[in-house]
Amino acid sequence: MMLELRKINSGYGAAQVLRDVSLSVAPGEILCLLGRNGAGKTTTMQTIMGLLPLMSGKILLDGRDVGALPTHEVPRAGIGYIPQGRRLFTGLSVAQNLEIGLQVRNSGREVLDEVLDLFPRLRERMSQPAQTLSGGEQQMLATARALCIKPKVLLLDEPTEGLQPSMIEAIRQVIVKMREAGVAILLVEQRIEAVLSVADRVAFIENGRNGETMTVAEMRANPHVVDRYVGV
Amino acid sequence: MEFGPHLLLATLEGAVTAAVLALTAVGLSLVFGVMRVVNIAHGEFYMLGAVIAWYVAHMMGGHPALGFFLALVLAPLLVGAIAVLADVIILKRVDYDPERTIVATIGLLYIIQQLTLMTYGPEARPVEAPFNSRIALPWFEWGENGFQFYYPWGLSTTSYKLAVIGAAGVVLLGVWAMMTRTKVGLLMRATQADRDMALAFGIPVERVYALVFGIGAALAALGAVLIVPIQQAHYLMGADPLLLAFIVVIIGGLGSLPGTVLAALFIGLSDGIISVFFSPTLAKILATLLVGLVLVWRPQGLFGTRTA
Repeated sequence: MMLELRKINSGYGAAQVLRDVSLSVAPGEILCLLGRNGAGKTTTMQTIMGLLPLMSGKILLDGRDVGALPTHEVPRAGIGYIPQGRRLFTGLSVAQNLEIGLQVRNSGREVLDEVLDLFPRLRERMSQPAQTLSGGEQQMLATARALCIKPKVLLLDEPTEGLQPSMIEAIRQVIVKMREAGVAILLVEQRIEAVLSVADRVAFIENGRNGETMTVAEMRANPHVVDRYVGV
Repeated sequence: MEFGPHLLLATLEGAVTAAVLALTAVGLSLVFGVMRVVNIAHGEFYMLGAVIAWYVAHMMGGHPALGFFLALVLAPLLVGAIAVLADVIILKRVDYDPERTIVATIGLLYIIQQLTLMTYGPEARPVEAPFNSRIALPWFEWGENGFQFYYPWGLSTTSYKLAVIGAAGVVLLGVWAMMTRTKVGLLMRATQADRDMALAFGIPVERVYALVFGIGAALAALGAVLIVPIQQAHYLMGADPLLLAFIVVIIGGLGSLPGTVLAALFIGLSDGIISVFFSPTLAKILATLLVGLVLVWRPQGLFGTRTA
């Protein structure tokens, strides 16, 4: 397994959100986290990044215990994070945002070229301030920034939220390309059809605890499971 | 003296105030911008710079320039190191919580101030300027022979005052170059934009914070070393620069360096001019009134961007 969570517990201060959550993602696999709002999907990602304290449990990246590292060492181990709401560095240009991604693991210029080949639109906007990009371009930049790490694991938190269909398709194609390149991908996505079109397996999460984990084929065969975990 | 020459003199005095104020305020603004820390002890770092300059100059002996230039290097370095220690020992331990850092830096203010009183004492002591030649300034008039220059009595400045203005300008350009042209500046700006994302992209935020706090304090100390041949070093001298620096930073826009420099110029010049023609008290009243107006109509400051 490339990324493995073993019974992790975490939360905000005294408020515990995740209880004994375990997950694993193989290289070249897309695992989708599904659950209602507040179930703990974003919390899971922030805990992996070390942004929330790990109360107990282990986070392993390729066998290495990254849960014990100082927060800024976690991305250096090879985890790229594309957070909800993009969270670009405002005031910095597109090129500078990518520069921040490149410096994480001292990626060379060839990495930048590869990433820009995936998002040619960013090449035309390199000197523009990040906050002046359109929503879709901002999502491209957030994705490109994470890819500049040359990650072994990618965490994507609702990457298609609020985007027009052509942008959603562009992002989806990049995710699929990353899977083909052997990256382990953990995806949070609300739209079921988007999940079905890219994910290999689905892990349900409910009230901060693991629900069932199944392949996409199994999920198609049992639509009532989806209703149980995410239906209203 | 007539009005014109008088105004020129007041403007020059104001420009010296503005130059030192710009250094102090940029330090404060940098710390607030990147770390979101309101550093009440900033004025004490300024005072420490002046006091250390006196010690260095006093111990050095020889030509005054020798001690002064040594102080110009040593005082900011020492004060910066003290600030880094304060960051690691105090601010980091309170998790940079906005309210607690205010209380912590108030405590730091009194500790530094009282330690200085206990060691350096209550006297105001001068540091000799490295060079200080009087420069008479020309004015012009339309006389019988048409346009001509003359040197009105009392219209003069010193080479040192002009050097202070120049040095502050050079240092500010250096800070600007550091923020926009270097990797460490890029990491600072990324940390300023989004601390959590900076961490998620491998930036050692704690080290960036310590560095920024050190640089902020060093800038205040540098301003103080420049002013101490004009104003003397005293353990209570930090209060006024702190107030003025806050005024400048609020008017300029918290965290905006160009705004801070422009506001420092404006406040420094108007302080000089109003002090000469009316009274220093009126200058402070007007500056504080301006802060009130800015806070009412443009809370983010003239050059700040509105963020949540």
